[in-house]
Amino acid sequence: MKSQMSWFLGVASVLLLGVVTVLTFSTPSPDFVQGEAARLIYVHPATAWASYAAFGTTTFAAVMWLWPRTRRIGWDHIAGASAHIGTMFLAMTLVLGAIWGRPTWGVWFRLRDARMASTLVMLLMYFGVLTLRQLPAAPDVRARRTALAALLASVNVPIVHFSVQWWDTLHQKATLAKPEKPTIEGLPLTIMLLSFVAFTVTFCWLMVHRTRIERWNDQLFNGDVESAIVARQREGAGSLAASGLTPGGLR
Amino acid sequence: MMRWPMFRDAAFVFAKDARIELRAKVTLRQVAPFVVSLLVLFGLAFDRLLVKDTAIADVRVDELPLAFVGPGIYWLGVLFSLVLLVQRSVSIETEDGAGTQLRLWGLDPAGVFLGKAGVVVMQLLFIQVLLCVGLIAMFDLQMTEPLLLVSVSVLATVGLAAVGSCYGALSAGLRVRETLLPVLLLPVTVPVLLAAVQAWQRALTGDVDSAWPWARILFVFVVVYVAFGILSYGALMEES
Repeated sequence: MKSQMSWFLGVASVLLLGVVTVLTFSTPSPDFVQGEAARLIYVHPATAWASYAAFGTTTFAAVMWLWPRTRRIGWDHIAGASAHIGTMFLAMTLVLGAIWGRPTWGVWFRLRDARMASTLVMLLMYFGVLTLRQLPAAPDVRARRTALAALLASVNVPIVHFSVQWWDTLHQKATLAKPEKPTIEGLPLTIMLLSFVAFTVTFCWLMVHRTRIERWNDQLFNGDVESAIVARQREGAGSLAASGLTPGGLR
Repeated sequence: MMRWPMFRDAAFVFAKDARIELRAKVTLRQVAPFVVSLLVLFGLAFDRLLVKDTAIADVRVDELPLAFVGPGIYWLGVLFSLVLLVQRSVSIETEDGAGTQLRLWGLDPAGVFLGKAGVVVMQLLFIQVLLCVGLIAMFDLQMTEPLLLVSVSVLATVGLAAVGSCYGALSAGLRVRETLLPVLLLPVTVPVLLAAVQAWQRALTGDVDSAWPWARILFVFVVVYVAFGILSYGALMEES
């Protein structure tokens, strides 16, 4: 069942990303002034959205793990997987933004800009979460660390999103998510929305795989511990037999 | 009524940590000289670098940049001190199984959090007095609007101590604590750093009206971090 879902999501993801790529390069640039660089609007907001979705999942899974009634190790697997994927999408967002920013604004990156600075800080926070997660520990300990660190990092997510509205910034204001009419329409809007769907499906596909890897890692850890205990018991039994003792006392 | 044990335990932990610090004098003998060194180094590093960028005429360009970067240097000094003080606060509990004893005494985790954060607040405020003296003496800063400056300092210090204590507890049981703590802690403190620096810069330039909104942002972060610490310190203590 799970492999079927993975297969379906994988095919859908590749197809949707393929369609978005073809449409991105076969249609006229969505902005006359920005020229070719404006085509990045089809990818950059979508990767940012995917990272928000991933970090939202991380926060939700962290809360579910911390809540005693819903505590299952599966939530930790989901939190770890989504934190990994979200960090990857966020790094992509920053890189694509820099590629867009250079021809449009004349700078790769501007630390004084609220959106850019807060996004970079968010990336650093989630790097911290991942670093903490990769330290050797029993699954329960690792899960607690991840959940707490992820909750602290999640404070920054709304700041990043609303930074363009709260502070003066080089980054443009919201294009789609705003009360008034969107500043993009027609075919460019369709491609952009399709890109959002494509990256959402890709996120789900990656989640299925990454969660599975997290589970396998735990199985490997538990298997290693169990085999180490068995080996130690055998070793101990051998020494006892050689000394003529049994665990219960003298034979 | 239910929360009284929290404050009683907070007072107990505060008194314990404060007594240890007063005896060991780590803040005075190690952190304070470190902060003064930072002040001197930052002062030398930024002395003439920014002169080329300033477009303001008719000012003594050799002193202007220091006055501008003063609040930033001040808060960076506070942040670096925070890392050292949190390391110290954690090491008190990790040595000789003291943290385990705290848990066995059945103290309210929220009280432990408030007590430990309280001592870090006290130490940071002491460091800030030193930094203020250093800024006035070395950078020739005029401390105008003292009420605003002190309010922002107290708010930011409480926020930093709260988030520092949380991450300190999170990294307490780790062998790589010394290197990991700054990696985890410093990015989270960016909102506090930003708000505190902006409020200070505006206060020092006499733009009080635009400084208070930054103080309000700071207040929100402080509430979030303190609430997080109170609610989660029980789980965090299991790490140490």
